[in-house]
Amino acid sequence: MRIPLSWLGELVELPKDDTADWLHATLVRVGFEEEAVHGGELRGPIVVGRVRSIEEEPQKNGKTIRWCQVDVGEEHGGVRGIVCGALNFVEGDRVVVTLPGSALPGGFEIAARKTYGHVSDGMIASERELGLGDDHDGIMRLDPLGIAGEIGDDALAILGLDDQAVEINVTPDRGYALSLRGIAREVASATSQAFRDPAAIDTGTGSGFPVELRDEAPIRGRAGCSRFVARVVRGIDPARPTPAWMVSRLRLAGIRSISLPVDITNAVMLELGQPIHGYDLGKLRGGIVVRRAAAGERLTTLDGADRALSTEDLLITDDRGAIGLAGVMGGAETEMDASTTDVLIEAATFDGVSIGRTARRHKLFSEASKRYERGVDPAVAAAAAERVAQLLAELAGGTIDELGADIGDVPEMAPIAIPVGYWSSYTGADYTAEEARDALERIGAEVAEAADAWTVTPPTWRRDLVDREGLVEEVARIVGFDRIPSVLPVAPPGRGYTRQQRLRRRVADALASSGLTEVLVAPFVSEPQARLTGAEPVRLENPLDGERAWLRTALLPGMLDTAHRNLGRGLTDLALFELGRVFHAVDGQGTESLPGAATRPDDAALAELDRLPAQPDHAAVLLVGERVRKQPGVAAERYGIADAVEAAERIARTLGLELELRQAERPWLHPGRTAELLLGETVVGVAGELLPSVAAAADLPRVVAVAELDLGLLVARARVSLDTQRIAPVPAATQDLSVVVAVGVPAGDVRRAVRDGAGALLEHIALVDDYRGAGLGEGEKSLTFALRFRADDRTLTAAEASAAKLAGLAVASERHGARLRE
Amino acid sequence: MPTPDDPAGLGARVDAAVTAALAAIDAASTTADLQAAKTAHNGQGSELASLNAGLRDIPPADRKAAGQTIGAGRAQVADAIAARQAELALVEEAAQLEAERVDVTALPRIRARGGRHPLTMLMDEMSDVFVAMGWEVAEGPELEHEWYNFDALNVDPDHPARSESDTFYVAPADRHMVLRTQTSPVQVRSLLTRELPTYIVAPGRVYRTDDIDATHLPVFTQLEGLAVDRGITMANLRGTLEHLARAMFGEEAKIRLRPNYFPFTEPSAEMDVWHPGMRGGARWVEWGGCGMVNPNVLRAAGVDPEVYSGFAFGMGIERTLQFRYLLDDMRDMIEGDVRFTEQFGMVI
Repeated sequence: MRIPLSWLGELVELPKDDTADWLHATLVRVGFEEEAVHGGELRGPIVVGRVRSIEEEPQKNGKTIRWCQVDVGEEHGGVRGIVCGALNFVEGDRVVVTLPGSALPGGFEIAARKTYGHVSDGMIASERELGLGDDHDGIMRLDPLGIAGEIGDDALAILGLDDQAVEINVTPDRGYALSLRGIAREVASATSQAFRDPAAIDTGTGSGFPVELRDEAPIRGRAGCSRFVARVVRGIDPARPTPAWMVSRLRLAGIRSISLPVDITNAVMLELGQPIHGYDLGKLRGGIVVRRAAAGERLTTLDGADRALSTEDLLITDDRGAIGLAGVMGGAETEMDASTTDVLIEAATFDGVSIGRTARRHKLFSEASKRYERGVDPAVAAAAAERVAQLLAELAGGTIDELGADIGDVPEMAPIAIPVGYWSSYTGADYTAEEARDALERIGAEVAEAADAWTVTPPTWRRDLVDREGLVEEVARIVGFDRIPSVLPVAPPGRGYTRQQRLRRRVADALASSGLTEVLVAPFVSEPQARLTGAEPVRLENPLDGERAWLRTALLPGMLDTAHRNLGRGLTDLALFELGRVFHAVDGQGTESLPGAATRPDDAALAELDRLPAQPDHAAVLLVGERVRKQPGVAAERYGIADAVEAAERIARTLGLELELRQAERPWLHPGRTAELLLGETVVGVAGELLPSVAAAADLPRVVAVAELDLGLLVARARVSLDTQRIAPVPAATQDLSVVVAVGVPAGDVRRAVRDGAGALLEHIALVDDYRGAGLGEGEKSLTFALRFRADDRTLTAAEASAAKLAGLAVASERHGARLRE
Repeated sequence: MPTPDDPAGLGARVDAAVTAALAAIDAASTTADLQAAKTAHNGQGSELASLNAGLRDIPPADRKAAGQTIGAGRAQVADAIAARQAELALVEEAAQLEAERVDVTALPRIRARGGRHPLTMLMDEMSDVFVAMGWEVAEGPELEHEWYNFDALNVDPDHPARSESDTFYVAPADRHMVLRTQTSPVQVRSLLTRELPTYIVAPGRVYRTDDIDATHLPVFTQLEGLAVDRGITMANLRGTLEHLARAMFGEEAKIRLRPNYFPFTEPSAEMDVWHPGMRGGARWVEWGGCGMVNPNVLRAAGVDPEVYSGFAFGMGIERTLQFRYLLDDMRDMIEGDVRFTEQFGMVI
């Protein structure tokens, strides 16, 4: 909402200096957001002048300039010579002259300057140069525009260019503030001064014009139109220009001047908040019926668009059919135009829900629909129609006719009971009863006092006020939020972070400490990305980017893009991790209907609401490039599957868990470099290297090591207890074991067999060598394990250790055909 | 040379052997030299060893004295060797250490730097402030049922925020699932599942159909707070926010409330924080929205507004990070450029 200061000043007293800043501060205090200040960029002297003589001088470049003598009045130096490039004026025209020392919008300073062989002592201005409009066909001529002003007069004042507008953001609950009337009342309330209500005028009535409100399909039980006021003005002169002050105010309010009758309807809408539509009475056929559109009905609106209508759209119709989309936009056929002399004025109260739906359906957001959607005062319709009629008579030379209508009514406002003192007990501020009463009356409410509870009836323009908390808000914002003290409440003792929350944070810290960098990736992915890991994905109805209409089912696909972005920016080595939610579709997700919210839904209904896609927490790691770069004395080492597995194991160990690894395959991973990560028999993740074609498709190097784990599952299974033992203080016995097995036997399986066979004495086993070649048969390999044995209660003899080792070998032989390497 | 007391000239031979041994020990400049000197002058076949071996040929009456003479000589040599050994060990250790000298400005780097994302660290830090006051951290689904995201929060079925121009709907839209547009659904879930009184914060991701620019992201993070108890007032809201502000921005931080509108609170307020440490000078900064929980929200969650009242607030973590570090472009926070995160390392 943009508020021209001169206009507001007619309704409430404003300070003379720094008015815009003052107004912003005042309105912010009562709940509006400050947006901007418009206008006021021009600086004089900018005056009315009369062109005395014109000499046309053709130039070498083919252009013709005019050397003009312009009278700007004695006090501004009399007649001045000015060079002008425009050709649209004649001798004797009154024009606007910007004199040396003046400044135009954009900081354009005017000075006497030498040009085309003359000293041009100022400039004859166009509308665009003055910031009045886009018209740059020539300079601005005052006579055809009907703009008054003597030679030498200050043109800034005449054109309203000394005025400013303050722009604020109005929250959706406060439609009344989309008007000068509403804003003036707020300013008066905030500053405890008097307010002149522009709607407080004698309202004439018209009758005899047939209007019917016929809503056979109310939306949510609300009639589409509750009141319709019509007035007729005849014999206007459509050629009359709009007065400069009105053009200026509309311009500052952000509305372009169209024609005098249209400008008047817009000006009254701005002043009173009541959208007005003007019909060319001569084009109407019969009376008006307000009804819902029929199936298949169409309408060409003012903007020339032919629109297919919905049966929810509320229409203004006459005998021919639809002539307007009620409260949103009029139709082309009955539009006022340059030949219109008789006007039917419509000031109606339409239901905000109905208008809002129509505006969204047709993507047609007008000044009218914006106001209806936020609520228009149903009581102001007659005053608004009267105001338009008066202005059409006064400015356009029309005559107010007796023909008109006022159909429907103004709904009663429901009174609200508020316990005395509730404004203090709810806010903690010491607002007094007097202050509360004053604030409520200032916003227009009626207050009936009683001992325990007051009865407050909100004004007709405050349909948002329905409960006592709403009244508390009014008291608090008018008297002042700054009166609310600061009191820290004492919460009951809490249990701190949940174990899951603590562990998740520790996982993130552990990964970061081990050299990985945390990234946060948006979850929007393409369908191939969403389906990469095989889970059933969720699709968005209205994605921002049609390419990325799906939600991630795993973290890695999005991280590939992140890695690509980093590499594209010149980085070569990356170690990334992310902890985040992924989304897996489930059967029958969502519900067909929405339960009501007036009371708590029952348990069965609440259970239904939880039929949502699964949203587990995942952890993922992506490693690309070199783990160790080439440095003095150090050879480069590239990231590979081992690093991915190590990161996965780090996550597990942070949670007190040990992962088992199993050779596996995934369609998107390297078939020979993929490990399933298991907790017992449960697969909790996968680690490996990307399939080179998948890496290439993501525009990444051939080797990309990755791991992805179900973090939620890991955290849920984090170790909660441990059978701890006294650490045996006796010496250990160490032995090596080299066994020969077929190349295809996984070392992990052999290790497990040795461990199983060696029994409780085996404290630790590590693979230290994998040898193939001379001395072994074709298809054989030799695995060497370092074994450490210890008993709890005694120092082991070499014989005991050897016996345990051979027991391990025996199981490895049995399971995997292993033989001792001599 | 034989003397009357020493017919065989033993003393002189011992002296000569000791003198030669000491000279050789002195001359040894490495432990290997010293070892050689030891072998030559005190080992098997050395003069002193053979003298010692000759004791058995000396008449028993003189053997003791001769033995003492030889013993003293050998001891003198052994002491000299030990002393020289210690000297040489020091020198050689020093040489070894010198040989191991490295350029500490050019040591190999074997692990990447790594770091937590500043948004998650900031979320943790803010949550810590509340947990220290006894509040708990609540969580909820990011893909949420429309009822929790809108209806239960007193958002009218025709409220413009529910349109597809603001809210991501899951296909098909008539199954009523959305990406939550705020963390407030966690308020309702907490009231439905927790015992009263309830004091919780809910940090997490939220989604809006905003195109990405310097100050808008379609995915961002919020911290929601909710306190529902008997007799909760707006003063408690201000007190809580001021406590958080002081914990984060210093003792001089304070909160300013400006009237505003949200469907889920009444009265509603915009909160500004006075940031005393703001680079470029202390000033008020817009921080988030807050207010008293609308009684309709309490009713939807089965809480009696005649008995309980509550306040709620929410602020953007990105916004907080932005003004705390004067970051002018939010895009850096979600593009995942590791250079952005590495600036912060493990500390926010």
